[in-house]
Amino acid sequence: MAKDAGLGLETELTLALPGGGGGDPNGSMETKQKKRVFYEFSGEESTKVAIKNQVVGWPPVCSYRLKNSFSGEEGTKIYVKVSMDGAPFLRKIDLSTHEDYSGLLMALEKLFGCYGIGERDNSEYIPIYEDKDGDWMLVGDVPWQMFSGSCKRLRIMKRLDAKGIKLHAEDLLKGISMEA
Amino acid sequence: MLNYFPEEVLEHVFDFLTSHRDRNAVSLVCKSWYAVERFSREKVFIGNCYTISPERLIARFPRVRSLTLKGKPHFADFNLVPHDWGGYVQPWIESMAKAGVNLEELRLKRMLVSDESLDLLANFFPNFKSLVLVSCDGFSTDGLAAIASNCRFLRELDLQENEIEDRRGQWLSCFPDSCTSLVSLNFACLKGEVNLLSLERLVARCRNLRSLRVNHAVPLDALQRILAQAPQLVDLGIGSFVHDPDSEIYNKIETGMQKCTSITSLSGFLDVTARCLPAVYTICRHLTSLNLSYAPGIYSDELVKLICHCNKLERLLVLDTIGDKGLGVVASTCKELQELRVFPSDLYGVGNAAVTEEGLVAISAGCRKLNSILYFCEQMTNAALIMVAKNCPNFIRFRLATFNPTAPDAVTMQPLDEGFGAIVKSCKGLKRLSVSGLLTDQVFLYMGRYAKQLEMLSIAFAGDSDKGMLYVLNGCKKLKKLEIRDSPFGNAALLADMGKYETMRSLWMSSCEVTLGACKTLAQKMPRLNVEVINESDQMEASVDDKHKVEKMYLYRTLVGPRKDAPDFVWTL
Repeated sequence: MAKDAGLGLETELTLALPGGGGGDPNGSMETKQKKRVFYEFSGEESTKVAIKNQVVGWPPVCSYRLKNSFSGEEGTKIYVKVSMDGAPFLRKIDLSTHEDYSGLLMALEKLFGCYGIGERDNSEYIPIYEDKDGDWMLVGDVPWQMFSGSCKRLRIMKRLDAKGIKLHAEDLLKGISMEA
Repeated sequence: MLNYFPEEVLEHVFDFLTSHRDRNAVSLVCKSWYAVERFSREKVFIGNCYTISPERLIARFPRVRSLTLKGKPHFADFNLVPHDWGGYVQPWIESMAKAGVNLEELRLKRMLVSDESLDLLANFFPNFKSLVLVSCDGFSTDGLAAIASNCRFLRELDLQENEIEDRRGQWLSCFPDSCTSLVSLNFACLKGEVNLLSLERLVARCRNLRSLRVNHAVPLDALQRILAQAPQLVDLGIGSFVHDPDSEIYNKIETGMQKCTSITSLSGFLDVTARCLPAVYTICRHLTSLNLSYAPGIYSDELVKLICHCNKLERLLVLDTIGDKGLGVVASTCKELQELRVFPSDLYGVGNAAVTEEGLVAISAGCRKLNSILYFCEQMTNAALIMVAKNCPNFIRFRLATFNPTAPDAVTMQPLDEGFGAIVKSCKGLKRLSVSGLLTDQVFLYMGRYAKQLEMLSIAFAGDSDKGMLYVLNGCKKLKKLEIRDSPFGNAALLADMGKYETMRSLWMSSCEVTLGACKTLAQKMPRLNVEVINESDQMEASVDDKHKVEKMYLYRTLVGPRKDAPDFVWTL
């Protein structure tokens, strides 16, 4: 978001403050709105990723903490939509915060307040996902990393809707037993 | 007459003075006290490594055994200071080595440390016992290997939040079998692998080990074996806490934890499976310090469940995933709480819940012993701050940061002047303050009037005019460090009371209204100040206009004039 060219700031991107602030009578908002885009350098490639609405050094978190206290690497959050049959609205979940299928399933169970998703014997629900090719796949067939890299969205499907498809108990989430 | 006390008696009395401030005061009484004090001083604290030279330090305190040095200005933490601005430890180590100083302890903060420095340290000081590095960089695991190999009496190796290059050199294996003296080992910030067997053996033979903080590469099963060898630990930093909670290893950890009845400080959980957390519940009831601020894998629910067991907690560091509700639980559980830090977990605006003023108010109502807070929040209100001020008049450190740096009162849309005003008025012992949010000159008027004990003040995106800065400079008599960014303070404020800066350690001003000309004037009139202008832009012409606004200025008092190691982009005027 660049400000008006009339300010002559060709080499510098500036962003207006989110919310703008209020109650300033003196018009010195100009100074306060002087911002610079925050650049994040990732490793040797030095790719600059502008992070929206950020100012250099704000919030004042020390650089070590910036690099180390967030799950996964900065900018590689993998948010996917999750729909559950019968629920009136969808949710979103960040795949990068999990390292295996059991973590994901626990999170899904929490999200929708229902238990036993994909369990062997008592699975009223089956988790499926849409992959990069647009195909709907059963969760658990492939290794976790492969899954999290190709999953575009999740759906927690009622088993009844899968009639006609023979799913043996051992098929369901064999990926989980592989991980354990 | 005190003058006729024999020196030995004076020296013996001075032995009881542990704080460097007391010793500094004592040395000013008279010449003989100065002389006795300087020969007996063993611990020296230098808050700014450029205030004095190593040679002069050694000349005054020839018996120094412990040295604490701080380098870069505080705002370097937030990427506002170029990496190679300065703060090298090498000249200090070289001088001490040359002078034959019997150095036993070195504590550095925000300094540039090289492997060469560490090598010198390891080889020239036979009694070296303790190395503490905080927020330093420039060195690698090779330097650590030198320390491990050569410091025969090493008691403490404490690495906090440093950027350390991993050379995969098995530095931990360099501790010889004869090394049994370790009391404290903290390598949580290391990125690479460590030799687990070496670590286990090291822990097994260091029977006095009290503090151990490992990095993410130490898995749960290794931790279990380590704890079995060191049930005497007082401070534990867990690396990876990932495992199947239904496994044998998990059961062993649980029983192992039960034997560690001395642990009062817990941190880490750099990788964590939340369902494994119940294993630590047993040590929670003894904990006085808990740092989960590097554990984003622990969600709010599990966090709260854990904290419910920690009713002796005095110090808590968490991420804002704890939420206002979680803080409510802290307020009702942790009645002994003195220090709280709540860090942001989500800087990329993807919408994770943060904390608000409600959490802070709840804490202040429940934890009446609170004296130190660092709080990153979504929003704040004057009403909340006024309530906090009323509940907790004992704050020594109060630091607030709203995600939007100029956010007004979330309810009234007014500036937060009244709220912070209440804080400084109520907390008469306040020594450190960081303000945030929409603020006018009024808040600084309050600071000048009430914050009489204030020593360090951080200002960002605040104030309307020079008056704001002047209120602070005139009123805060004990001010030592002032750091200001992106605020409309200019030359009039900077030059009004130049003598004030000699009573302070340093002043930082960036993205303010101060011009080069004013900085030059100040530098000229005050020879005992170093006025540095940091100019990183490419347009570095020799004749930059005096009317040009200065991007970054850092000034500090010094006894040794301009430093000789300043890089090209730093002009000492």
